Parts: sequence; C-alpha cells; structure tokens
Amino acid sequence: MTTVALLALLAPWVAPFDPVAIDVHQMLLAPSWQHWCGTDSLGRDVLSRMLYGARVSLAVGFVAVGISVVIGAALGAWAGYSGGRVDGAIMRATDMVLCFPTFFLILAVIAFLTPSIWNIMIVIGLTSWMGVARLVRAEFLSLRHQEFILAARALGTSGWRMVLAYFLPNAIGPLLVSSVLGVAGAVLIESGLSFLGLGVQPPDPSWGNMLTDGKDNIQIAWWLSLYPGLAILVTVLGYNLLGEGLRDWLDPR
Amino acid sequence: MTTPVLEAQGLQKRFGASKGWFGRGGNPGKAAVQRVSLSVNAGETLAIVGESGSGKSTTARMVMRLIEPDAGTVHWQGDIVSGLNNRALRPLRNRVQMVFQDPFASLNPRMTIENSIAEGLRVHQPKLTRTERRQRVAEMLGRCGLDAAMMARYPHQFSGGQRQRIGIARALIVQPAALVLDEPVSALDVSVQAQILNLLQELQLTQQLAYLFISHDLSVVRHVADRVLVMLQGEVVEQGTVEAIFTNPQHPYTRRLLAAKPISHPAEREEIVAE
Repeated sequence: MTTVALLALLAPWVAPFDPVAIDVHQMLLAPSWQHWCGTDSLGRDVLSRMLYGARVSLAVGFVAVGISVVIGAALGAWAGYSGGRVDGAIMRATDMVLCFPTFFLILAVIAFLTPSIWNIMIVIGLTSWMGVARLVRAEFLSLRHQEFILAARALGTSGWRMVLAYFLPNAIGPLLVSSVLGVAGAVLIESGLSFLGLGVQPPDPSWGNMLTDGKDNIQIAWWLSLYPGLAILVTVLGYNLLGEGLRDWLDPR
Repeated sequence: MTTPVLEAQGLQKRFGASKGWFGRGGNPGKAAVQRVSLSVNAGETLAIVGESGSGKSTTARMVMRLIEPDAGTVHWQGDIVSGLNNRALRPLRNRVQMVFQDPFASLNPRMTIENSIAEGLRVHQPKLTRTERRQRVAEMLGRCGLDAAMMARYPHQFSGGQRQRIGIARALIVQPAALVLDEPVSALDVSVQAQILNLLQELQLTQQLAYLFISHDLSVVRHVADRVLVMLQGEVVEQGTVEAIFTNPQHPYTRRLLAAKPISHPAEREEIVAE
C-alpha cells in the first residue's frame, strides 16, 4: 500500500510512457517486456495509465476523507459536547442524511455538476461525514463523565479548550481508524463513478474509466480490465487492512 | 460566628426524571439525594460516609457545581453559587476544588502533568507567563512530595499514589479555600493511603483548608474527620462529631455500618496511618 502511494507520487518519473499518447500502431498489444501490462484500444500503455490513475484515485481518497472528517468531527464534537437538545437535533439531521443511499445521492448531485475531479472530491466528502460524526459524538459522550473532564470543568476551563485539549486528543484513535477506512471507501466510490462515466473524464486516466474502456474489448484483451481492477482491489484491501491493524494497535483491550 | 467555607442547604437530586410526551406518562425518576444540608469551616474536615448508592458522591458533585441540584442552595465562602451560569461561576471556581477517586481516570492521558496542573493557572491567572506558570507548578509539585523534574511526563508513567499527588497539586494550584475529596484514597494500597492522608493533613494544617471528605472506609474517616455525616439512600440519617458517631451511634444504620467494619486491631491501624 505504501508502494501504491509511492508509485502514485512518482508516476511522472516511473511511468515508461506518456499515459495519453496515442499510438495506433501499438493497439491492443498483450503484456510484453516493452508494455508490461499491454496497451489499450488506442495504443496507450496500460501500466503508465494505471500509475497516473493511482494519483487521481488516492488524491480523491485523501481529499474526500479530509473533507468528511472535518465536517463529521465538527458536528460530532458539537453534538457530543453540548448534549441535550443540540445533540438530538444534530443526530436526527445526521440520520436523515444517512437515509439516502450514498452512491445514488452522489450520482444525483454529480449529474447536475460538471464531472471534474474537484467536484467528485467535494461531493464524496459531503456525503460521507455521517459515520465520523456519529463516532466522534459517541466518543465525546463517553468522555463526558471521565474524572479528568470533571476536574477540568471544576477548574472552569473554557468550552473551546475543553474540546480541543481534553476531548479531541482522547478521541483521536478511533477517528484515525475510521479515516483510513474512509480512504478505501472513497477510492471505491471514485472508481465506481468513473466507471459510469461521471468521474474523471477521458483522456485523463483513472482506474474506473480504464475499466470502462476495457469492458468493450474484454474478450480479446483481458489485460485492459484485469490490471486496473487489481489496482483497485489491492488499494482498497490495503487501506482496509491498515485501518484494522491500526484499530488493533490502538486498542490494547 | 464565621462564615462556613462550604455550605449547602436542602440539596435534592433525582435522576432519570422525564416529562413524558405531551405531559403524559412522565417518569418521576429516582431520588438520589434528598434534603441534604451541610457546612464546613476553615481548617475542618467533614466526612460523608455511606455505602455505594447512598448519594454521597452526588452530594459532593452538587457542592462542586458539577451536577445541577434540583433544589437547594450552595454557598462558597458566603457567596451563593447555585443558580449561577457557567460564565458567572468561572471566576469563583478557584475557591473550591476537587480530588477524585480514581487516580487512573482523573488525569488527561494526553497531557503532560505540567499542563494538567497548570490548567487552573491558565483559567484563573491568565496573565502569568509560561515561565511563571512552570515555576508555580514546580513549587506545587514539591509541596505535594513530587520531584519537579517529572513534570514533562505523561500520567501513565506514574504510580497510583503519585497520580493522586498530582491530582492534589492540580486542585491546590489555584489556592482554594476548600477541597472536596471524593474517596481520595480508596483506590490506593494501604501504605500509600497513609502517605496521601498524611499529605492531606499537612496541607490542611498549613493552609487552613476546609475538607469535605467522602468515604466508605470508616477507619480512614475516624482518622481524618472532625465531624461525620452518615447517609443512607440519599438522606442524612445521623450526624455528629467523630467521637460521638464512633462511640455512641444513635441510628441503627450507623450501628450496622460500624459493626460491618470491625476494627479488630485499632492500635495497629492507628500506627500504620500515623507513620
């Protein structure tokens, strides 16, 4: 997984070919020493496209999770710290958003916007904060009755400082785990959107739209679908495993 | 007559009460504390004893204004604090401080003990510079029997007894007139208990602190308290001086409590504590 991230960062240097260079003499070549993962129907090098696609996928993953964590943590903290009616109102609103099937919500929103990588990041971020909000709220609620929180209240510590110095640092573990798991989810959503043609637009490569290109030629050129598919699988699995690992590591119980 | 440092009149608290939908089917809740009044003077220790669930911790927290009483008043050094909102209460918060039961839960695990102890200074003396704060923290650690060089460490690097000292330092740094001690030694080993109790007594003598001492351990209470308040199911069933309660208990519950905790070798116990 670190390898995937590293390769994505270094794509311009590592990639053997220009990912958008069309070469009609080299169409649909099977994997060979020259083109490790073959070429597609326009003669573009699949490996190079995958490497550049990794940048898109991971960027979307991280930025989208960043947005969702900021929104989710802020709302969850507000709800969990205030309690009572404020808590009730925020959590009911969260439940309402949660009622929409996320993927279709994203599809609907994207349909109104020009599909661009920035829009995708923002839309995924705006539709995936609910889990984080619930998690942060639950952590805050359980911290509220801890003695060190009471001690700070007895001293008269201000609300902002309570949240930033007492609550948040003690809720950071689960938050980190859920963010890492969120990256996997965002990568998957981005691939799905691009596969449906609503994500990254050709000729820019993304794992999702490479799969779309591949499906037309799947009977004669299996490598077009297999490699991007594997890339998605490895990345999502990697982030999920990292998340699980972090969870075990952070939770000694 | 001098004003008591801590005073509470007719405190009441019910838990789990709800109004119900549209005024129907409400739940009156369970009474945790009923009609509890108390007062503590400077340099004096009032102990509240009772079994778990008797409402002694709830009483302590209401006196601290950490829980809102349903009825009754609380005064700190003669000024009424019940009914004040948080903003109005904040400048008065340094008058009364609390030491908690569980030394493992009462310190923020993600803060150095320097920052934990300095918290009160940040709130009540915001003009102090960082160096001045550090100096005060070092002084306070010394007075609580800890090495000032330890202040960059985190709570998990300390033993239970040390943490309880840190908790005491955190409470005392704002120079309160009273401490509410919620089972301050019941989570500690007996030998460490004695050290902490001695520290508390020493601090009380030098600063004329008023102590509200919550405990279920009668031998500890006998050692530290001047007066005792016995609570049962949220109500005060008996109160008096420590001699009166221990030598001539009136209420059957007090007698039962004393009988349940026989001090088989009082001399021995006294010796350990006095060390």
